[in-house]
Amino acid sequence: MMRASSARIVLYVISVLVLVYLIVPVLIIVPISFSSARFLTFPPPSFSLRWYEQYFSSPAWMQATRVTLTVAFLTVLIATPCGVAAAYAVSQSRLRIMRVIHMALLLPLVVPIIITAVGIFFVYTRVGLVATLPGLVLANVMLGLPYVVISVLAGLQSFDPAQEMVARSLGMNRLRSFFAVTLPQIKSSVVAGGIFAFISAMDETIVALFISGGQYQPLTKRMFTALRDEIDPTIAAISTLMTAASFMLVLLASARQKRSG
Amino acid sequence: MATSVSDPSQKHQRREHGLMLALVSPALLVVLALIVLPVGWLAWQSIYHDGFTLENYRRVFTEDIYWRSFALTFQISLAVTLIALLLGYPLAYLANSLPKGWGIFILSLVMLPFWTSVLVRAYAWLVLLQRSGVINQFLRHLELVSEPLALVHNTFGTVVATVHILLPFMVLPLYATMQKIPNDLMQAGASLGASPSLTFLRVFLPLSLPGVLAGCTMVFVLCLGFYITPELLGGGRTVMVSMLVSRNVELYNQFGAASAVAVVLLLSVLVIFFAVSRFISLDRVLGHK
Repeated sequence: MMRASSARIVLYVISVLVLVYLIVPVLIIVPISFSSARFLTFPPPSFSLRWYEQYFSSPAWMQATRVTLTVAFLTVLIATPCGVAAAYAVSQSRLRIMRVIHMALLLPLVVPIIITAVGIFFVYTRVGLVATLPGLVLANVMLGLPYVVISVLAGLQSFDPAQEMVARSLGMNRLRSFFAVTLPQIKSSVVAGGIFAFISAMDETIVALFISGGQYQPLTKRMFTALRDEIDPTIAAISTLMTAASFMLVLLASARQKRSG
Repeated sequence: MATSVSDPSQKHQRREHGLMLALVSPALLVVLALIVLPVGWLAWQSIYHDGFTLENYRRVFTEDIYWRSFALTFQISLAVTLIALLLGYPLAYLANSLPKGWGIFILSLVMLPFWTSVLVRAYAWLVLLQRSGVINQFLRHLELVSEPLALVHNTFGTVVATVHILLPFMVLPLYATMQKIPNDLMQAGASLGASPSLTFLRVFLPLSLPGVLAGCTMVFVLCLGFYITPELLGGGRTVMVSMLVSRNVELYNQFGAASAVAVVLLLSVLVIFFAVSRFISLDRVLGHK
């Protein structure tokens, strides 16, 4: 009995340390972003908003922010309907090839992203999509699709297709019965999938490093280049804003999922 | 008789199949155009340059810099996987053994960094680990060290940050597997007189192994292709395979060599997935992303 409880204490201590390791680095950027110091000192000497001012007054950072937001919104607008249609077909169809197609749709998660990035770069150079907005959006649609597909497939698993059959036997056509009966019941997983696609597009770095350029560089590409040169606290301010945005979106997604329960 | 009845239903079925294929086609087209075609392009480019050639593969398999990079990448991936397992298993175990609410709370703390940009976390580790960084200041303040330690721009910094980024991929499948282990089994072990540590070793641990395999596979495979942390925290000395690919493209314009490295990396990943799929379902590995 005694030994069991001491083992329990060790378990608690290890777990707390691991959680500290996981969380502290995410939180440490917040005080640094509000520091007045030019160089990174901790704790910060005094409170200041200068790095936020620098971010919001820089045309280059603002342009990059516009690109990131545009790309993320367009990605969601395209990836969500495509992903929902694909997930619906994968879950309803008894065609044997659907299993292969299902696996193919998850490929973006399997192929190392650096390989995808270089491959897309080579293809884009041939078709003139390098350093363009459509090229960036298209790549992010592909990377976001698996999140929508996985989320919607999970939602469809608890949905009884017989309900849609009933609606159709009562005279609704396929499309109307989908929108009237099926979609309302899987709405929360559709929204969650869309939100994950948005976050994925907002955070995507590696593909953007290879295929974006000129005025169509997203935030992450500019941040990466800035980090290679010198560590500027402006990046802490941007990081804090990005992290806050991600967390709010995740909270939104999980609140929706819970409500549908 | 039978055929005349099945005819309309066959027609209906064909329409149904057509509709399903039409629904899946936009997503499939995007994936074909932006993953299958690019990877095929890389494969082609690795063996064809003004004629068929194996020169790129000869370089990859014989030149020192390539060999060393592949060896280093596998070593780092192995180290990252083992450390993630050692850190993740106790955490998943605790989350699993606590009342549901607390378990979910711990999991959401694990997911917190998961939803933060990899780039932001790499930056945070730079801040923490650099010579004038938070950890070195702290150590010097306590007078534990007289000179700042070289914690970053080396393999150490790369591993610390990479484990941090990949740990959720270990904890989630572990937790999911542990949730499925019936509590009765542990109680049965205890009622038969086994000590808690014996029931853990003989009952719980073996039953959690599929989760261990799923987590380790995901972490190892993701680490093999990792790019941001070695590039930003490796200080140019920790050249992982992903960096060979990008340098060959960006700095040296060696597209053939870059393609060959990418193909070898992808084949390694696929071989690992294939080997693992013989033991556990791949859905288990990928499902918890």
